[in-house]
Amino acid sequence: MAEFKGRCVVPGTCKAKALVSHGGFNTLASFQNALMFGDKKVKCGDQNNADLYKKPMAGVALCLPQTIGSTTGGMILFTACSMGRQPACMLFSMPIDPLAASGAILADVWTESKMPVVDNLGEEFLNAVKDGDEIEIREDGTVVIL
Amino acid sequence: MEATKMQLTDEQLAMLNGEQGETMAKVMKTLVMYGETFGAEKMVPVTSEFGHTVISFGLETMKPVYDLYQTIIDAGVASKQKFTADPKPIDPKIPTNFLQDVVFKKIMYTRQKSYEEQLRKLGITSDDDYTCTCYLNEVGNKPKKGDILSWAESSAVVYANSVLGARCNRNSGMIELMGSIAGFVPYFGFLTDDGRKADWVVEVKTTKKPEAQLLGSAIGMKVMEEVPYVKGLDRWLGSELDEDACTYLKDFGAATASNGAVGLYHIENLTPEAAEQGEGLIRENAKHYVIDDAELARVQASYPCIWKNPDAAPTLCFVGCPHMTLKQLKQWTEDVEQGLREAGRDKVTMTTVFTASPSVIREFEKTSYAARLQATGVILSYICPLMYMNNPLCKKAPVITSSNKLRTYTTARYYTESEILEKITKGGNDNG
Repeated sequence: MAEFKGRCVVPGTCKAKALVSHGGFNTLASFQNALMFGDKKVKCGDQNNADLYKKPMAGVALCLPQTIGSTTGGMILFTACSMGRQPACMLFSMPIDPLAASGAILADVWTESKMPVVDNLGEEFLNAVKDGDEIEIREDGTVVIL
Repeated sequence: MEATKMQLTDEQLAMLNGEQGETMAKVMKTLVMYGETFGAEKMVPVTSEFGHTVISFGLETMKPVYDLYQTIIDAGVASKQKFTADPKPIDPKIPTNFLQDVVFKKIMYTRQKSYEEQLRKLGITSDDDYTCTCYLNEVGNKPKKGDILSWAESSAVVYANSVLGARCNRNSGMIELMGSIAGFVPYFGFLTDDGRKADWVVEVKTTKKPEAQLLGSAIGMKVMEEVPYVKGLDRWLGSELDEDACTYLKDFGAATASNGAVGLYHIENLTPEAAEQGEGLIRENAKHYVIDDAELARVQASYPCIWKNPDAAPTLCFVGCPHMTLKQLKQWTEDVEQGLREAGRDKVTMTTVFTASPSVIREFEKTSYAARLQATGVILSYICPLMYMNNPLCKKAPVITSSNKLRTYTTARYYTESEILEKITKGGNDNG
Protein backbone atom coordinates (compact mmCIF):
# COMPACT_ATOMS: atom_id res chain seq x y z
CA MET A 1 0.00 0.00 0.00
CA ALA A 2 1.29 3.46 -0.89
CA GLU A 3 -0.16 6.86 0.00
CA PHE A 4 0.20 10.12 -1.90
CA LYS A 5 -1.08 13.52 -0.82
CA GLY A 6 -2.40 15.88 -3.44
CA ARG A 7 -4.67 18.91 -3.71
CA CYS A 8 -8.45 18.57 -4.13
CA VAL A 9 -9.62 20.45 -7.21
CA VAL A 10 -13.06 18.84 -7.00
CA PRO A 11 -13.48 17.16 -3.60
CA GLY A 12 -14.98 13.73 -3.12
CA THR A 13 -14.21 10.11 -2.36
CA CYS A 14 -14.19 7.00 -4.50
CA LYS A 15 -12.62 3.61 -5.17
CA ALA A 16 -11.74 2.50 -8.69
CA LYS A 17 -9.18 0.63 -10.73
CA ALA A 18 -6.31 2.66 -12.16
CA LEU A 19 -5.73 3.41 -15.83
CA VAL A 20 -2.41 5.16 -16.34
CA SER A 21 -1.27 7.57 -19.04
CA HIS A 22 2.38 8.52 -18.70
CA GLY A 23 2.16 11.09 -21.50
CA GLY A 24 -0.13 14.11 -21.80
CA PHE A 25 -3.79 13.12 -22.07
CA ASN A 26 -5.44 14.62 -25.16
CA THR A 27 -9.06 15.01 -24.05
CA LEU A 28 -10.62 15.65 -27.45
CA ALA A 29 -8.71 12.91 -29.25
CA SER A 30 -9.37 10.47 -26.39
CA PHE A 31 -13.11 11.03 -25.94
CA GLN A 32 -14.52 12.27 -29.22
CA ASN A 33 -15.29 9.03 -31.03
CA ALA A 34 -16.63 7.30 -27.94
CA LEU A 35 -19.02 10.15 -27.13
CA MET A 36 -20.06 10.66 -30.72
CA PHE A 37 -20.92 7.06 -31.35
CA GLY A 38 -22.34 6.03 -28.01
CA ASP A 39 -19.51 3.81 -26.76
CA LYS A 40 -20.58 3.27 -23.15
CA LYS A 41 -17.16 1.91 -22.18
CA VAL A 42 -15.60 5.08 -23.61
CA LYS A 43 -12.60 3.43 -25.25
CA CYS A 44 -9.75 5.88 -25.74
CA GLY A 45 -9.51 7.05 -29.35
CA ASP A 46 -6.14 8.80 -29.22
CA GLN A 47 -3.78 6.91 -31.49
CA ASN A 48 -0.87 8.98 -30.17
CA ASN A 49 -1.34 7.68 -26.64
CA ALA A 50 0.09 4.17 -26.62
CA ASP A 51 -0.75 3.73 -22.91
CA LEU A 52 -4.48 4.29 -23.35
CA TYR A 53 -5.41 3.72 -27.01
CA LYS A 54 -8.53 1.52 -27.23
CA LYS A 55 -8.70 0.99 -23.43
CA PRO A 56 -12.04 1.74 -21.66
CA MET A 57 -11.96 4.96 -19.64
CA ALA A 58 -15.45 5.07 -18.08
CA GLY A 59 -15.43 4.40 -14.35
CA VAL A 60 -11.65 4.11 -13.98
CA ALA A 61 -9.26 6.11 -11.81
CA LEU A 62 -7.59 7.98 -14.65
CA CYS A 63 -3.98 8.72 -13.67
CA LEU A 64 -2.17 11.24 -15.83
CA PRO A 65 0.39 14.03 -15.80
CA GLN A 66 -1.80 16.74 -17.43
CA THR A 67 -4.17 17.09 -20.37
CA ILE A 68 -3.07 18.49 -23.72
CA GLY A 69 -4.59 19.52 -27.02
CA SER A 70 -7.61 21.41 -28.28
CA THR A 71 -9.46 23.94 -26.16
CA THR A 72 -12.65 21.93 -26.63
CA GLY A 73 -11.17 19.71 -23.91
CA GLY A 74 -13.19 21.04 -21.00
CA MET A 75 -16.43 20.92 -22.93
CA ILE A 76 -15.74 17.31 -23.86
CA LEU A 77 -15.08 16.41 -20.23
CA PHE A 78 -18.24 18.28 -19.13
CA THR A 79 -20.26 16.35 -21.72
CA ALA A 80 -18.82 13.02 -20.61
CA CYS A 81 -19.76 13.86 -17.00
CA SER A 82 -23.26 14.99 -17.99
CA MET A 83 -23.79 11.71 -19.80
CA GLY A 84 -22.45 9.63 -16.90
CA ARG A 85 -19.51 8.40 -19.00
CA GLN A 86 -16.71 10.03 -17.07
CA PRO A 87 -13.80 8.38 -15.29
CA ALA A 88 -14.54 7.67 -11.62
CA CYS A 89 -11.89 10.24 -10.76
CA MET A 90 -8.96 12.04 -12.33
CA LEU A 91 -5.58 11.98 -10.60
CA PHE A 92 -2.91 14.37 -11.88
CA SER A 93 0.74 13.98 -11.01
CA MET A 94 1.36 17.61 -12.03
CA PRO A 95 -0.65 20.78 -11.29
CA ILE A 96 -3.92 20.52 -13.22
CA ASP A 97 -4.09 22.39 -16.54
CA PRO A 98 -6.82 24.96 -17.36
CA LEU A 99 -8.70 22.72 -19.82
CA ALA A 100 -9.09 19.78 -17.46
CA ALA A 101 -9.93 22.11 -14.59
CA SER A 102 -12.64 23.79 -16.68
CA GLY A 103 -14.31 20.50 -17.54
CA ALA A 104 -14.21 19.25 -13.96
CA ILE A 105 -15.48 22.56 -12.54
CA LEU A 106 -18.25 22.94 -15.15
CA ALA A 107 -19.42 19.43 -14.31
CA ASP A 108 -19.29 20.15 -10.59
CA VAL A 109 -21.23 23.44 -10.80
CA TRP A 110 -23.76 22.66 -13.54
CA THR A 111 -24.44 18.89 -13.25
CA GLU A 112 -25.26 16.29 -10.60
CA SER A 113 -22.31 14.10 -11.56
CA LYS A 114 -19.50 13.45 -9.13
CA MET A 115 -15.94 13.10 -10.40
CA PRO A 116 -13.36 13.85 -7.70
CA VAL A 117 -10.23 15.46 -9.07
CA VAL A 118 -6.87 15.57 -7.28
CA ASP A 119 -3.72 17.17 -8.65
CA ASN A 120 -0.11 17.72 -7.54
CA LEU A 121 0.38 14.05 -6.66
CA GLY A 122 3.97 14.10 -7.87
CA GLU A 123 5.95 12.15 -10.42
CA GLU A 124 6.49 9.37 -7.89
CA PHE A 125 2.76 8.69 -7.93
CA LEU A 126 2.75 8.18 -11.70
CA ASN A 127 5.84 5.96 -11.39
CA ALA A 128 4.20 3.84 -8.69
CA VAL A 129 0.70 3.33 -10.03
CA LYS A 130 -0.01 0.59 -12.58
CA ASP A 131 -3.02 -0.27 -14.75
CA GLY A 132 -5.56 -2.26 -12.71
CA ASP A 133 -4.29 -1.15 -9.26
CA GLU A 134 -7.14 -0.56 -6.81
CA ILE A 135 -7.19 3.15 -5.90
CA GLU A 136 -8.93 4.89 -3.01
CA ILE A 137 -9.38 8.66 -2.77
CA ARG A 138 -10.04 10.34 0.55
CA GLU A 139 -11.80 13.65 1.13
CA ASP A 140 -8.56 15.46 2.00
CA GLY A 141 -6.90 14.64 -1.32
CA THR A 142 -5.00 11.57 -0.11
CA VAL A 143 -4.73 8.91 -2.80
CA VAL A 144 -4.02 5.34 -1.72
CA ILE A 145 -2.81 2.55 -3.98
CA LEU A 146 -4.29 -0.45 -2.13
CA MET B 1 -23.08 33.72 1.12
CA GLU B 2 -20.41 31.99 -0.95
CA ALA B 3 -16.99 31.97 0.75
CA THR B 4 -14.15 32.78 -1.63
CA LYS B 5 -10.40 33.13 -1.36
CA MET B 6 -10.42 35.66 -4.19
CA GLN B 7 -10.83 39.37 -3.53
CA LEU B 8 -14.04 40.15 -5.40
CA THR B 9 -15.54 43.60 -5.93
CA ASP B 10 -18.95 44.32 -4.43
CA GLU B 11 -20.50 43.90 -7.88
CA GLN B 12 -18.80 40.52 -8.43
CA LEU B 13 -19.75 39.34 -4.94
CA ALA B 14 -23.37 40.34 -5.54
CA MET B 15 -23.38 38.39 -8.81
CA LEU B 16 -21.92 35.37 -7.04
CA ASN B 17 -24.55 35.59 -4.32
CA GLY B 18 -27.43 35.57 -6.75
CA GLU B 19 -28.48 39.22 -6.97
CA GLN B 20 -28.61 38.83 -10.76
CA GLY B 21 -30.31 35.43 -10.59
CA GLU B 22 -29.31 31.84 -10.07
CA THR B 23 -27.85 31.36 -13.54
CA MET B 24 -25.51 34.36 -13.28
CA ALA B 25 -24.52 33.11 -9.82
CA LYS B 26 -23.50 29.79 -11.38
CA VAL B 27 -21.56 31.60 -14.10
CA MET B 28 -19.65 33.48 -11.40
CA LYS B 29 -19.15 30.36 -9.28
CA THR B 30 -17.64 28.61 -12.30
CA LEU B 31 -15.22 31.49 -12.89
CA VAL B 32 -14.33 31.79 -9.19
CA MET B 33 -13.59 28.04 -8.86
CA TYR B 34 -11.61 28.21 -12.09
CA GLY B 35 -9.55 31.15 -10.82
CA GLU B 36 -8.99 29.74 -7.34
CA THR B 37 -7.66 26.50 -8.81
CA PHE B 38 -4.87 28.55 -10.37
CA GLY B 39 -4.25 30.88 -7.46
CA ALA B 40 -5.98 33.93 -8.93
CA GLU B 41 -6.49 36.61 -6.31
CA LYS B 42 -8.89 38.75 -8.32
CA MET B 43 -10.98 39.08 -11.47
CA VAL B 44 -10.00 41.55 -14.20
CA PRO B 45 -12.27 43.08 -16.84
CA VAL B 46 -12.32 41.63 -20.34
CA THR B 47 -11.04 44.53 -22.48
CA SER B 48 -11.09 43.17 -26.04
CA GLU B 49 -13.92 44.31 -28.29
CA PHE B 50 -14.94 40.76 -29.22
CA GLY B 51 -14.81 37.27 -27.79
CA HIS B 52 -14.21 34.03 -29.69
CA THR B 53 -15.82 30.66 -29.01
CA VAL B 54 -14.44 27.31 -30.04
CA ILE B 55 -17.88 25.69 -30.09
CA SER B 56 -19.28 26.07 -33.60
CA PHE B 57 -20.93 22.71 -34.09
CA GLY B 58 -24.37 21.38 -33.31
CA LEU B 59 -23.44 17.79 -32.52
CA GLU B 60 -26.21 15.52 -31.29
CA THR B 61 -23.80 14.04 -28.73
CA MET B 62 -23.11 17.40 -27.15
CA LYS B 63 -26.70 17.89 -26.01
CA PRO B 64 -25.62 18.77 -22.43
CA VAL B 65 -23.73 21.81 -23.76
CA TYR B 66 -26.73 23.17 -25.67
CA ASP B 67 -29.01 22.47 -22.72
CA LEU B 68 -26.73 24.57 -20.53
CA TYR B 69 -26.65 27.37 -23.13
CA GLN B 70 -30.46 27.27 -23.31
CA THR B 71 -30.55 27.70 -19.54
CA ILE B 72 -28.41 30.81 -19.98
CA ILE B 73 -30.60 32.17 -22.80
CA ASP B 74 -33.82 31.45 -20.90
CA ALA B 75 -32.44 33.31 -17.88
CA GLY B 76 -31.89 36.37 -20.09
CA VAL B 77 -28.17 36.36 -19.33
CA ALA B 78 -26.58 37.73 -22.52
CA SER B 79 -22.91 38.00 -23.37
CA LYS B 80 -21.47 41.43 -22.57
CA GLN B 81 -19.46 41.32 -25.79
CA LYS B 82 -20.22 39.95 -29.23
CA PHE B 83 -18.03 37.09 -30.40
CA THR B 84 -16.85 35.13 -33.42
CA ALA B 85 -16.90 31.33 -33.58
CA ASP B 86 -14.86 28.44 -34.98
CA PRO B 87 -15.61 27.11 -38.49
CA LYS B 88 -18.79 25.22 -39.30
CA PRO B 89 -18.61 21.44 -39.64
CA ILE B 90 -20.66 21.18 -42.84
CA ASP B 91 -20.38 22.91 -46.22
CA PRO B 92 -22.53 21.84 -49.18
CA LYS B 93 -19.54 22.52 -51.47
CA ILE B 94 -17.75 19.44 -50.13
CA PRO B 95 -18.84 16.44 -52.20
CA THR B 96 -20.57 13.75 -50.14
CA ASN B 97 -22.12 10.42 -50.99
CA PHE B 98 -25.52 9.22 -49.77
CA LEU B 99 -24.08 7.48 -46.72
CA GLN B 100 -22.09 10.56 -45.68
CA ASP B 101 -25.20 12.71 -46.08
CA VAL B 102 -27.10 10.41 -43.75
CA VAL B 103 -24.30 10.36 -41.16
CA PHE B 104 -23.67 14.13 -41.24
CA LYS B 105 -27.22 15.41 -41.42
CA LYS B 106 -29.32 12.71 -39.76
CA ILE B 107 -26.96 11.40 -37.07
CA MET B 108 -24.16 13.80 -36.21
CA TYR B 109 -24.96 17.47 -36.82
CA THR B 110 -28.69 17.37 -36.19
CA ARG B 111 -28.38 20.31 -33.80
CA GLN B 112 -26.43 22.58 -36.16
CA LYS B 113 -29.34 24.82 -37.13
CA SER B 114 -30.71 25.16 -33.61
CA TYR B 115 -27.23 25.79 -32.19
CA GLU B 116 -26.56 28.57 -34.71
CA GLU B 117 -29.83 30.12 -33.56
CA GLN B 118 -28.59 29.89 -29.97
CA LEU B 119 -25.36 31.66 -30.99
CA ARG B 120 -27.38 34.50 -32.55
CA LYS B 121 -29.19 34.93 -29.23
CA LEU B 122 -25.97 34.72 -27.25
CA GLY B 123 -24.21 37.32 -29.42
CA ILE B 124 -22.29 36.05 -32.48
CA THR B 125 -21.05 38.99 -34.57
CA SER B 126 -22.54 37.69 -37.83
CA ASP B 127 -23.59 34.52 -39.60
CA ASP B 128 -20.36 34.86 -41.62
CA ASP B 129 -17.94 34.90 -38.73
CA TYR B 130 -17.27 31.18 -38.37
CA THR B 131 -13.50 30.67 -38.61
CA CYS B 132 -10.53 29.68 -36.46
CA THR B 133 -8.61 32.67 -37.92
CA CYS B 134 -10.84 35.36 -36.45
CA TYR B 135 -7.78 37.62 -36.03
CA LEU B 136 -7.21 38.11 -39.76
CA ASN B 137 -7.95 41.59 -41.08
CA GLU B 138 -10.74 40.32 -43.33
CA VAL B 139 -12.61 38.98 -40.28
CA GLY B 140 -11.81 41.85 -37.96
CA ASN B 141 -11.62 40.25 -34.51
CA LYS B 142 -8.04 41.40 -33.95
CA PRO B 143 -7.23 42.28 -30.34
CA LYS B 144 -4.76 45.00 -29.43
CA LYS B 145 -1.52 44.39 -27.55
CA GLY B 146 -2.30 44.06 -23.85
CA ASP B 147 -6.02 43.38 -24.33
CA ILE B 148 -7.52 40.88 -21.88
CA LEU B 149 -9.48 38.20 -23.76
CA SER B 150 -11.97 35.52 -22.92
CA TRP B 151 -11.35 33.30 -25.95
CA ALA B 152 -11.13 29.61 -26.64
CA GLU B 153 -9.65 27.87 -29.72
CA SER B 154 -6.12 26.71 -29.18
CA SER B 155 -4.70 28.07 -32.45
CA ALA B 156 -6.38 31.49 -32.04
CA VAL B 157 -5.36 31.85 -28.39
CA VAL B 158 -1.70 31.04 -29.06
CA TYR B 159 -1.71 33.51 -31.99
CA ALA B 160 -3.36 36.28 -29.97
CA ASN B 161 -0.92 35.82 -27.08
CA SER B 162 2.25 35.37 -29.09
CA VAL B 163 1.89 37.41 -32.28
CA LEU B 164 -0.53 40.12 -31.15
CA GLY B 165 0.64 40.40 -27.54
CA ALA B 166 -2.88 40.10 -26.16
CA ARG B 167 -3.46 38.26 -22.89
CA CYS B 168 -5.60 35.15 -22.76
CA ASN B 169 -5.45 31.86 -20.95
CA ARG B 170 -5.90 28.60 -22.80
CA ASN B 171 -9.55 28.56 -21.85
CA SER B 172 -11.77 25.64 -22.54
CA GLY B 173 -14.89 25.86 -24.66
CA MET B 174 -17.82 27.03 -22.43
CA ILE B 175 -15.49 28.81 -19.98
CA GLU B 176 -14.79 31.45 -22.64
CA LEU B 177 -18.51 32.22 -22.89
CA MET B 178 -18.77 32.46 -19.11
CA GLY B 179 -16.06 35.15 -19.15
CA SER B 180 -17.80 37.06 -21.95
CA ILE B 181 -21.10 36.89 -20.03
CA ALA B 182 -19.64 38.04 -16.72
CA GLY B 183 -17.32 40.60 -18.34
CA PHE B 184 -14.53 39.40 -16.02
CA VAL B 185 -11.92 36.68 -16.08
CA PRO B 186 -9.73 35.40 -13.24
CA TYR B 187 -6.26 36.92 -13.19
CA PHE B 188 -3.70 34.15 -13.53
CA GLY B 189 -1.40 32.42 -16.02
CA PHE B 190 -0.86 34.25 -19.31
CA LEU B 191 -2.67 37.32 -17.97
CA THR B 192 0.22 38.01 -15.60
CA ASP B 193 3.73 39.19 -16.48
CA ASP B 194 5.28 36.25 -14.67
CA GLY B 195 3.07 33.76 -16.50
CA ARG B 196 4.49 35.01 -19.80
CA LYS B 197 8.10 34.17 -18.96
CA ALA B 198 9.79 31.45 -21.02
CA ASP B 199 10.48 28.04 -19.46
CA TRP B 200 12.42 26.77 -22.48
CA VAL B 201 15.05 28.08 -24.85
CA VAL B 202 14.61 26.40 -28.23
CA GLU B 203 17.47 26.80 -30.69
CA VAL B 204 16.60 26.32 -34.35
CA LYS B 205 19.70 25.15 -36.22
CA THR B 206 18.24 23.83 -39.45
CA THR B 207 19.96 24.29 -42.81
CA LYS B 208 16.78 25.60 -44.47
CA LYS B 209 13.58 27.33 -43.38
CA PRO B 210 11.79 24.72 -41.27
CA GLU B 211 8.29 23.65 -42.21
CA ALA B 212 6.04 25.68 -39.89
CA GLN B 213 3.75 22.84 -38.88
CA LEU B 214 6.60 20.40 -38.35
CA LEU B 215 8.65 22.79 -36.23
CA GLY B 216 5.54 23.63 -34.20
CA SER B 217 4.85 19.94 -33.68
CA ALA B 218 8.40 19.24 -32.47
CA ILE B 219 8.30 22.15 -30.02
CA GLY B 220 4.78 21.35 -28.80
CA MET B 221 5.64 17.72 -28.11
CA LYS B 222 8.76 18.77 -26.19
CA VAL B 223 7.58 21.72 -24.08
CA MET B 224 3.93 20.64 -23.67
CA GLU B 225 2.11 23.50 -21.85
CA GLU B 226 5.22 25.55 -21.07
CA VAL B 227 6.42 28.71 -22.80
CA PRO B 228 9.24 28.41 -25.36
CA TYR B 229 11.60 31.24 -26.34
CA VAL B 230 12.69 30.36 -29.86
CA LYS B 231 16.11 31.45 -31.10
CA GLY B 232 17.32 31.22 -34.68
CA LEU B 233 13.95 31.40 -36.38
CA ASP B 234 14.33 35.10 -37.13
CA ARG B 235 17.10 34.00 -39.49
CA TRP B 236 14.35 32.55 -41.70
CA LEU B 237 11.44 34.87 -40.87
CA GLY B 238 13.24 38.19 -40.50
CA SER B 239 12.68 40.66 -37.71
CA GLU B 240 9.42 42.23 -38.90
CA LEU B 241 5.98 40.83 -38.26
CA ASP B 242 4.98 41.18 -41.91
CA GLU B 243 2.27 39.15 -43.60
CA ASP B 244 4.57 36.23 -44.42
CA ALA B 245 5.89 36.00 -40.87
CA CYS B 246 2.39 36.19 -39.38
CA THR B 247 1.15 33.47 -41.74
CA TYR B 248 4.07 31.23 -40.81
CA LEU B 249 3.44 31.81 -37.11
CA LYS B 250 -0.29 31.08 -37.55
CA ASP B 251 0.53 27.56 -38.80
CA PHE B 252 3.49 27.08 -36.45
CA GLY B 253 1.42 28.07 -33.41
CA ALA B 254 -1.49 25.81 -34.29
CA ALA B 255 0.90 22.86 -34.32
CA THR B 256 2.51 23.82 -30.98
CA ALA B 257 -0.95 24.11 -29.41
CA SER B 258 -2.36 20.83 -30.75
CA ASN B 259 0.72 18.59 -30.65
CA GLY B 260 1.44 19.92 -27.18
CA ALA B 261 -0.49 22.49 -25.18
CA VAL B 262 1.41 25.68 -25.92
CA GLY B 263 -0.57 28.87 -25.27
CA LEU B 264 2.24 31.37 -25.74
CA TYR B 265 5.61 31.38 -27.49
CA HIS B 266 8.22 34.05 -28.04
CA ILE B 267 10.27 34.32 -31.23
CA GLU B 268 13.55 36.15 -30.67
CA ASN B 269 13.71 39.56 -32.39
CA LEU B 270 10.24 39.08 -33.86
CA THR B 271 7.18 38.66 -31.62
CA PRO B 272 6.25 41.78 -29.63
CA GLU B 273 7.41 40.84 -26.14
CA ALA B 274 10.58 39.15 -27.39
CA ALA B 275 11.42 42.23 -29.47
CA GLU B 276 10.91 44.48 -26.43
CA GLN B 277 12.35 42.39 -23.60
CA GLY B 278 14.70 39.97 -25.33
CA GLU B 279 16.29 37.35 -23.11
CA GLY B 280 14.85 39.10 -20.07
CA LEU B 281 11.79 36.95 -20.80
CA ILE B 282 13.69 33.73 -20.10
CA ARG B 283 13.41 32.21 -16.64
CA GLU B 284 16.51 31.24 -14.72
CA ASN B 285 17.32 27.57 -15.24
CA ALA B 286 15.23 27.38 -18.41
CA LYS B 287 15.46 24.04 -20.20
CA HIS B 288 17.11 23.76 -23.62
CA TYR B 289 16.05 22.04 -26.83
CA VAL B 290 18.03 22.10 -30.06
CA ILE B 291 16.23 21.47 -33.34
CA ASP B 292 18.22 20.58 -36.44
CA ASP B 293 17.34 18.82 -39.70
CA ALA B 294 17.77 15.39 -38.10
CA GLU B 295 15.44 16.25 -35.23
CA LEU B 296 12.70 17.42 -37.60
CA ALA B 297 13.13 14.23 -39.66
CA ARG B 298 12.90 12.17 -36.47
CA VAL B 299 9.70 13.93 -35.43
CA GLN B 300 8.05 13.48 -38.82
CA ALA B 301 9.05 9.79 -38.93
CA SER B 302 7.51 9.26 -35.48
CA TYR B 303 3.95 10.02 -36.64
CA PRO B 304 1.96 6.80 -36.75
CA CYS B 305 0.00 5.98 -39.92
CA ILE B 306 -3.30 4.54 -38.80
CA TRP B 307 -4.97 4.07 -42.15
CA LYS B 308 -6.61 0.68 -42.53
CA ASN B 309 -4.31 0.10 -45.50
CA PRO B 310 -1.11 2.13 -45.02
CA ASP B 311 -0.26 1.65 -48.71
CA ALA B 312 -3.58 2.98 -49.98
CA ALA B 313 -3.62 5.76 -52.56
CA PRO B 314 -4.96 8.93 -50.91
CA THR B 315 -8.41 9.99 -52.08
CA LEU B 316 -8.90 13.27 -50.22
CA CYS B 317 -6.58 16.12 -49.28
CA PHE B 318 -7.17 19.02 -46.88
CA VAL B 319 -5.05 22.16 -46.79
CA GLY B 320 -6.05 24.92 -44.38
CA CYS B 321 -6.18 23.88 -40.74
CA PRO B 322 -6.00 26.54 -39.43
CA HIS B 323 -7.85 28.41 -42.19
CA MET B 324 -5.66 29.86 -44.96
CA THR B 325 -4.94 33.54 -45.49
CA LEU B 326 -5.70 35.39 -48.72
CA LYS B 327 -2.02 35.36 -49.62
CA GLN B 328 -1.74 31.62 -48.95
CA LEU B 329 -4.69 30.98 -51.27
CA LYS B 330 -3.04 33.00 -54.04
CA GLN B 331 0.35 31.30 -53.55
CA TRP B 332 -1.17 27.82 -53.51
CA THR B 333 -3.13 28.65 -56.66
CA GLU B 334 0.11 29.51 -58.44
CA ASP B 335 1.90 26.46 -57.03
CA VAL B 336 -0.89 24.06 -58.03
CA GLU B 337 -1.01 25.52 -61.54
CA GLN B 338 2.76 25.16 -61.86
CA GLY B 339 2.69 21.59 -60.54
CA LEU B 340 -0.06 20.60 -62.95
CA ARG B 341 1.80 22.16 -65.87
CA GLU B 342 4.90 20.15 -65.00
CA ALA B 343 2.84 16.99 -64.77
CA GLY B 344 0.94 17.68 -68.00
CA ARG B 345 -2.37 17.59 -66.16
CA ASP B 346 -5.42 19.87 -66.05
CA LYS B 347 -6.87 18.84 -62.68
CA VAL B 348 -5.61 17.77 -59.27
CA THR B 349 -5.16 14.04 -58.79
CA MET B 350 -7.58 13.65 -55.88
CA THR B 351 -10.43 15.53 -54.22
CA THR B 352 -8.59 18.49 -52.75
CA VAL B 353 -10.13 21.01 -50.37
CA PHE B 354 -8.58 24.32 -49.38
CA THR B 355 -10.25 25.98 -46.40
CA ALA B 356 -10.48 29.64 -45.39
CA SER B 357 -12.86 31.91 -43.53
CA PRO B 358 -16.01 33.11 -45.33
CA SER B 359 -14.59 36.67 -45.30
CA VAL B 360 -11.29 35.61 -46.87
CA ILE B 361 -13.12 33.50 -49.45
CA ARG B 362 -15.25 36.52 -50.34
CA GLU B 363 -12.11 38.64 -50.90
CA PHE B 364 -10.43 35.82 -52.85
CA GLU B 365 -13.45 35.52 -55.11
CA LYS B 366 -13.03 39.17 -56.08
CA THR B 367 -9.65 38.30 -57.63
CA SER B 368 -8.79 36.47 -60.86
CA TYR B 369 -7.19 33.73 -58.74
CA ALA B 370 -10.61 32.30 -57.82
CA ALA B 371 -11.41 31.12 -61.35
CA ARG B 372 -7.84 29.86 -61.77
CA LEU B 373 -8.03 27.77 -58.59
CA GLN B 374 -11.43 26.44 -59.58
CA ALA B 375 -10.03 25.40 -62.95
CA THR B 376 -7.49 23.15 -61.19
CA GLY B 377 -10.33 21.23 -59.56
CA VAL B 378 -9.51 22.39 -56.03
CA ILE B 379 -12.59 23.02 -53.87
CA LEU B 380 -12.55 26.14 -51.71
CA SER B 381 -14.58 25.83 -48.52
CA TYR B 382 -15.20 27.46 -45.13
CA ILE B 383 -15.54 24.06 -43.46
CA CYS B 384 -13.62 22.85 -40.40
CA PRO B 385 -11.68 19.84 -41.73
CA LEU B 386 -11.35 18.48 -38.22
CA MET B 387 -15.09 18.43 -37.69
CA TYR B 388 -15.62 17.00 -41.17
CA MET B 389 -13.32 14.09 -40.44
CA ASN B 390 -14.78 13.18 -37.06
CA ASN B 391 -16.87 10.28 -38.27
CA PRO B 392 -16.33 6.55 -38.90
CA LEU B 393 -16.60 6.92 -42.67
CA CYS B 394 -13.58 9.20 -42.79
CA LYS B 395 -11.64 6.84 -40.55
CA LYS B 396 -11.61 4.34 -43.39
CA ALA B 397 -10.63 6.91 -46.02
CA PRO B 398 -6.98 7.60 -46.85
CA VAL B 399 -6.92 11.35 -46.24
CA ILE B 400 -3.76 13.46 -46.43
CA THR B 401 -3.07 16.92 -45.06
CA SER B 402 -0.36 19.50 -44.46
CA SER B 403 -1.95 20.25 -41.07
CA ASN B 404 -0.33 18.78 -38.01
CA LYS B 405 -3.43 19.70 -36.02
CA LEU B 406 -5.64 17.65 -38.33
CA ARG B 407 -3.16 14.78 -38.11
CA THR B 408 -3.29 14.87 -34.33
CA TYR B 409 -7.06 14.66 -33.99
CA THR B 410 -8.02 12.46 -36.95
CA THR B 411 -6.76 9.62 -39.13
CA ALA B 412 -5.39 12.08 -41.70
CA ARG B 413 -1.77 11.51 -42.68
CA TYR B 414 0.64 14.42 -42.50
CA TYR B 415 2.92 15.53 -45.32
CA THR B 416 4.93 18.71 -45.71
CA GLU B 417 3.47 21.34 -48.02
CA SER B 418 5.85 20.46 -50.87
CA GLU B 419 5.00 16.77 -50.49
CA ILE B 420 1.29 17.61 -50.53
CA LEU B 421 1.75 19.71 -53.66
CA GLU B 422 3.56 16.84 -55.34
CA LYS B 423 0.79 14.39 -54.47
CA ILE B 424 -2.14 16.53 -55.56
CA THR B 425 -0.54 17.63 -58.84
CA LYS B 426 1.57 14.65 -59.88
CA GLY B 427 0.01 11.76 -57.98
CA GLY B 428 2.19 8.92 -56.83
CA ASN B 429 1.91 7.00 -53.62
CA ASP B 430 5.30 6.41 -52.17
CA ASN B 431 3.92 6.94 -48.66
CA GLY B 432 7.28 8.21 -47.65
